[in-house]
Amino acid sequence: MTQTARRGLQVGTIGQLVPRIDAPPKVKGEFAYASDLSTPGMLFGHTLRSPHAHARIAGIDTTDALTMPGVHAVLTHEDVPGDKTYGLEFADQPVLAIDRVLYFGEPVAVVAAEHPEQARRAAERIRVVYEPLEPVAEMERATEQADLHPDRPTRSHGYREDDRSNVVRHMVIRHGDPDAAGDVSVSGIYELGIQDQAFLGPESGLAVPDGEGGVDVYVATQWLHVDRAQIAPCLGLPLEQVRVHLGGVGGAFGGREDLSMQIHGAMLALHTNRPVKIVYNREESFTGHVHRHPARIWAEHRATKEGRLVSVRMRILLDGGAYASSSTAVCSNAASFALGPYEVPNALIESTVVYTNNPPCGAMRGFGAVQTCFAGEGQMDKLAAALDIDPVELRLLNALAPGDTLPTGQTITGSLPIAEVIRAAAALQPPAPEELPRDPLRLPGGAGNTTRGEGVRRGSGFAVGFKNIAYSEGFDDYCAARVRLFDDGSAEIHCAAAEVGQGVTGVVLQVARTELGTDDVRLASPVTSQVDSAGSASASRMTWMAAGAVRDACRAALDERAARGGRSEVDVERIYRHPRTTPLDPETGQITGERAHVAFAACAMKVVVEVDVDLGLTRVVWIGAAQDVGKAVNPQQVEGQIEGGTAQGLGLALMEEIQTSGGLITNASFTDYLIPTALDMPPVESVLIEDPEPDAPYGIKGVGEPPTVVSTAAIVAALRDATGRGLTRVPVRPDDIVF
Amino acid sequence: MRISIRVNQADHEADCWEGESLLYALREKLGFPGSKNACEQGECGSCSVLLDGTLVCACLVLAAQADGHDVTTVEGLGDGDDLHRVQQAFVDAGAVQCGFCTPGLVMATVDLLAHSAAPSDDEIREALSGNLCRCTGYAKIFDAVRAAAEAR
Repeated sequence: MTQTARRGLQVGTIGQLVPRIDAPPKVKGEFAYASDLSTPGMLFGHTLRSPHAHARIAGIDTTDALTMPGVHAVLTHEDVPGDKTYGLEFADQPVLAIDRVLYFGEPVAVVAAEHPEQARRAAERIRVVYEPLEPVAEMERATEQADLHPDRPTRSHGYREDDRSNVVRHMVIRHGDPDAAGDVSVSGIYELGIQDQAFLGPESGLAVPDGEGGVDVYVATQWLHVDRAQIAPCLGLPLEQVRVHLGGVGGAFGGREDLSMQIHGAMLALHTNRPVKIVYNREESFTGHVHRHPARIWAEHRATKEGRLVSVRMRILLDGGAYASSSTAVCSNAASFALGPYEVPNALIESTVVYTNNPPCGAMRGFGAVQTCFAGEGQMDKLAAALDIDPVELRLLNALAPGDTLPTGQTITGSLPIAEVIRAAAALQPPAPEELPRDPLRLPGGAGNTTRGEGVRRGSGFAVGFKNIAYSEGFDDYCAARVRLFDDGSAEIHCAAAEVGQGVTGVVLQVARTELGTDDVRLASPVTSQVDSAGSASASRMTWMAAGAVRDACRAALDERAARGGRSEVDVERIYRHPRTTPLDPETGQITGERAHVAFAACAMKVVVEVDVDLGLTRVVWIGAAQDVGKAVNPQQVEGQIEGGTAQGLGLALMEEIQTSGGLITNASFTDYLIPTALDMPPVESVLIEDPEPDAPYGIKGVGEPPTVVSTAAIVAALRDATGRGLTRVPVRPDDIVF
Repeated sequence: MRISIRVNQADHEADCWEGESLLYALREKLGFPGSKNACEQGECGSCSVLLDGTLVCACLVLAAQADGHDVTTVEGLGDGDDLHRVQQAFVDAGAVQCGFCTPGLVMATVDLLAHSAAPSDDEIREALSGNLCRCTGYAKIFDAVRAAAEAR
């Protein structure tokens, strides 16, 4: 089903197609996910959450709840031992609501009991007196309504000053002369709904008191050390007394960057002096993590009659929801990639993210680039139609290449084979249309048996997108690894890189085996007390960063052993940093150093769909993808990232949206929030373009996000081709096609 | 209440509250956490087990309903360290990423192949359509099912 360049390489080392070491325990049901953890004397925690999107809390009475059977603790904001607020980047979020709630599902109190049902029933007996307030529910009105965060948590962080209500970040990128005229101009307004990461393993963790005032937290997370940095101050503990261990992670996709149960579980464990496990159910999970920002994007593209882009104006509005999370970086990323992978001499990009009482939004695979790729690629197709130029030719004509300049003034110095990925994807040939009649499973509507082929039209679409790898804008982005070499020739690697399903444990072992020249390498279970931070399993960075750290630590360990004359035991830790980035100028959006982003990766897709235009039902028939991967460390896993990332973009294109009414989530279940099933996914044919990244270890690029960035845009392009409709909002609903 | 369940060909007993699901009893009372708690409302298939040979979502069956019955979970498929051919096919095909859906998909595949030795692609897709996977996009899972069918 996939077509890739596979090369013969050494067993277990970089570039080889190796089975995952965690696959056998996972297929046997023996892999310990955070929700599987169990220990004697363990209590179960439960979280009482706000039923309102915006309300004042007039009082909380826990008296009755404390008398319920099996209950050991009922805690509120008054019981938070240290700092009352926390946050991934800005501490604007209460551990437990204090005198108000700002979103539906905000934690208000936590309970520990001997059985989870006892904890749930006790939580129902907590009396909270709410005085409901009008929610800020429309992002376009947020700047005119009451300020939800009058203390402005994101001010004085080097961002552009903006005194309007509820602005989390506002940024402008001005490049050349945005008023430059072209021969043709196309404009459009694009919208995206709220997407959920919908990882299958719900938020879970186990907190165990150490008997000396400290606590061990075993949790499914993306970044152990940033969790610890948020947990410890809220517990009033020094960092050393909080040890965060990686519990098995059932998917992440950005949704585990922010904390969920960590502080709550630790508070309950310390209060009761018993281990406490908290496992969210699916409904709770929809409120238990941040989501992909919904967006509204206004765009105008001007070009010469030959098809050269002259100027692009884009205004991006993102709904950040109730708390800041990583919204400031998403806002900037959306702006940075607003123009797509094209050389554009003049541009004006304005990007704003606002606070509202809607579900908090933050990181999700693609991180701002998904939203602007959907708008930008829609514009490129409009331009191609206006100019009567082939859409692929138009993209090739404007494709960015190394040496070109981004709208931030950054010159591309590394690898960026845009034209190559476009050509490779365009060269893929979809299967010929299948004759009718055929099994309804292979028609729009599927097993619903809604058509025998009448009303079904075929369409094809194309899109290309790119995104940064690793953290940007001056963030001190590093990864540590520790290598122990033993007398018997074996080695042990410590690296806190979170295995979230992407396969980074395999990468660490492949690198260590490559560098140490032995297969006798084991990877220690990640814990904050044994090794420094690995940074986040985010931003398509973990493979690159972990490979750099493990490589450097292995080489240092071998050097040290050699310096000691051979066989002695050594234990070394090394920190790897990618080339330094610098912030953007807050007024002009221009670089203040050599670069704001360290590197880029791209993906192009060709899509064939069939649409029943009478009923608005769709079927994606085939997807061809070409991705710029730097160096495929494990080709099988790279293909898996492309196929899985494509599926998440398909979900956003066709079915996935958290629906809200006045800020309340109305579809918090897999019955009502649909993700692609085995019947929704077409075959994905993928080509890996290996163009080594000069600044990265082994030429590696991250591969997780580019397919998600582009697949939504490519699928909707195909739907437009099949239906002749504008389709400017995702997910595309049957009504959008029929009416 | 006290219940007796035969799990993976061994008899087990547990004290259960009447409202507990079979999934909860397996995971928290009987020491079989292999069946997964992804949605607990019968939508995702991650908790799929065989109950007297029939594929069910363990989250939708009360522990009390399983009293006196025979359950096979993903932990009961292999033979010691030897993987069941379906498990081996999932490993080899790269069908496992985060793996949270994997136990359910393995059970659904075992059930499919018990009823259809050489399923067509449409049969595979339909048979697995009740099992959600968020990581893989399903392609390598289909590869695994085909490989398992051929390995018989």
